[in-house]
Amino acid sequence: MDSARTTVDVSSLSLGRLRKQSRLREAVIQRLLLACALISVFTTIGIVIILVVQAAGFFRKVSILEFFTGTQWTPLFQPQHFGVLPLVGGTLLTAGIAILVAIPIGLAAAVYLSEYAQDRVRRIVKPFLEVLAGIPTVVYGYFALTFLTPLLRNIFPDMIVFNALSAGMVMGAMIIPMVSSLSEDAMVAVPRSLRDAGYGLGATRFEVATRVVMPAAVSGIVAACILALSRAVGETMIVVIAAGSTPKLTLNPLESIQTMTAYIVQISLGETPHGTVEYYTIFAVGLLLFFMTLLMNLFSQWFVGRYREKY
Amino acid sequence: MKNGSAFQRHLRIRQITGYINGTLFFLATLTGIIVLIVLIVDVFKDSLGWLDWQFITSYPSRKPQEAGLLSAMFGTLWVMALTALFSFPVGIGTAIYLEEYAPNSRLRRLIQTNINNLAGVPSIVYGLLGLALFVQALALGRSVLAGALTLTLMSLPVIIIAAQEAIRSVPESYRLGAFALGATRWQVVRNIVLPNAIPGILTGTILAMSRAIGEAAPMIAISALVYLTFIPVSPMDRFTVLPIQIFNWVSRPQEGFWHLAAAGIIVLLFVLLTMNAAAIILRNRFQKRTEE
Repeated sequence: MDSARTTVDVSSLSLGRLRKQSRLREAVIQRLLLACALISVFTTIGIVIILVVQAAGFFRKVSILEFFTGTQWTPLFQPQHFGVLPLVGGTLLTAGIAILVAIPIGLAAAVYLSEYAQDRVRRIVKPFLEVLAGIPTVVYGYFALTFLTPLLRNIFPDMIVFNALSAGMVMGAMIIPMVSSLSEDAMVAVPRSLRDAGYGLGATRFEVATRVVMPAAVSGIVAACILALSRAVGETMIVVIAAGSTPKLTLNPLESIQTMTAYIVQISLGETPHGTVEYYTIFAVGLLLFFMTLLMNLFSQWFVGRYREKY
Repeated sequence: MKNGSAFQRHLRIRQITGYINGTLFFLATLTGIIVLIVLIVDVFKDSLGWLDWQFITSYPSRKPQEAGLLSAMFGTLWVMALTALFSFPVGIGTAIYLEEYAPNSRLRRLIQTNINNLAGVPSIVYGLLGLALFVQALALGRSVLAGALTLTLMSLPVIIIAAQEAIRSVPESYRLGAFALGATRWQVVRNIVLPNAIPGILTGTILAMSRAIGEAAPMIAISALVYLTFIPVSPMDRFTVLPIQIFNWVSRPQEGFWHLAAAGIIVLLFVLLTMNAAAIILRNRFQKRTEE
């Protein structure tokens, strides 16, 4: 309210001059705010340009064909091979395990919270899930390596210490809250009248949940699952700590593998000289990672818009 | 009669199916809580006897018994302070622009889609951006400043989205009332919208910060794995942060370092918990005030 008072105090000034001043100030402030908003646009442009330019340094020395079809990734040894498939395979393996854990558990939890739970239970459970989502990933990595891996090795004695299974399962636990909270939001948004119609026909709570609510909320649920997958693909510290650093094209979750993210970290840890092929590889891998997650995010947004039931 | 009993039998099966599945759904919900409890108990158990004053006040060392996280803690404080300093004004500015200055324009839709997508970019990609842009192109080196700028870009989308929600929750009638009294747009924003939205904005910002300081991946790309035995005193100094220090200890083969990692995790979780508690207290105080 200060400025309103000022207007009265400086009555000696002509109203016209005052108005001109304030119009100038408004214009300056609007430009400043616009500049803030444009930083985010420049961030995106910056990411794309930097990844593309640095990756170009890599593709000058290695053909795109070899990068996408080669089945060996040995940039640090002689003879060097630059086939990215083992890294992509490792990424999809761990992310796949994570999704196998997170989707059934996360969806079931969402159904429980949205259709079964009393308000009091929901108020106790949801903060726990929020905390689970907020635990730093380096902590999950520690948990996978020092707790889950020894446990699993009792069941699978020939399992390697660094393996895809343990990392994938812990990653799954990490993304449960994401699947459950986004799916729950979608289910809560389904109107009560649809449920009541189901109950009116004599359906049980389970039947209403799975045949009425879930189909009506399918766009939100699928979007949640895709976002969770994208998160798992981009997840870094768990796989760096627990999944190993041996790029290998395998479907065996008991073996040591390497993901795209873990490779980037491995190279970042050693101070690889700026300008070498080894240095540029992380940008080529990063570019691929960026496009994979971007496609999934865009697809999930498109899916929500395309298949949303309107009430 | 026969039909009736078939229906009864079927109904019984349906009810049992429903009951069993309901129980399964409940157990699934418990899974998350159980994982959380097991994780915290496990870390606590591993850290027993290692988390002491000497651990907090020592520099990293080759001998697990003498090692501590002093340099990592100061590094985290430095990075956190600078990140907050940069991301808070820019984040709020963007949110104000989107909510108050550019409603329904094509530019707004572009920026909004862009922010939503940025929120989904993996953190390691921000690390690569920071490495090429701040460390190399702008020649900031592997400094605190480069780290803070990287974390700023990473946490901005989250802060902007939280600030937008807070600004949107200010009733439209407040704005209209002020406009009717002849206030300019900026006067409305400064005197009406921001004072009402600031608790919500702060809550969202604190949560975004707590997520940012737990991030190891982009910080590793910026700072690499350093063995620091000094506290950074200027923004241009080299640094390490708590998650990197923890990672460093986890990745050693000797068991002794795992205990150090566990102790480091307890310290990190304590910092995060404090920040989250602050955010919750702020949110509750704000809710009480609006109810009055």
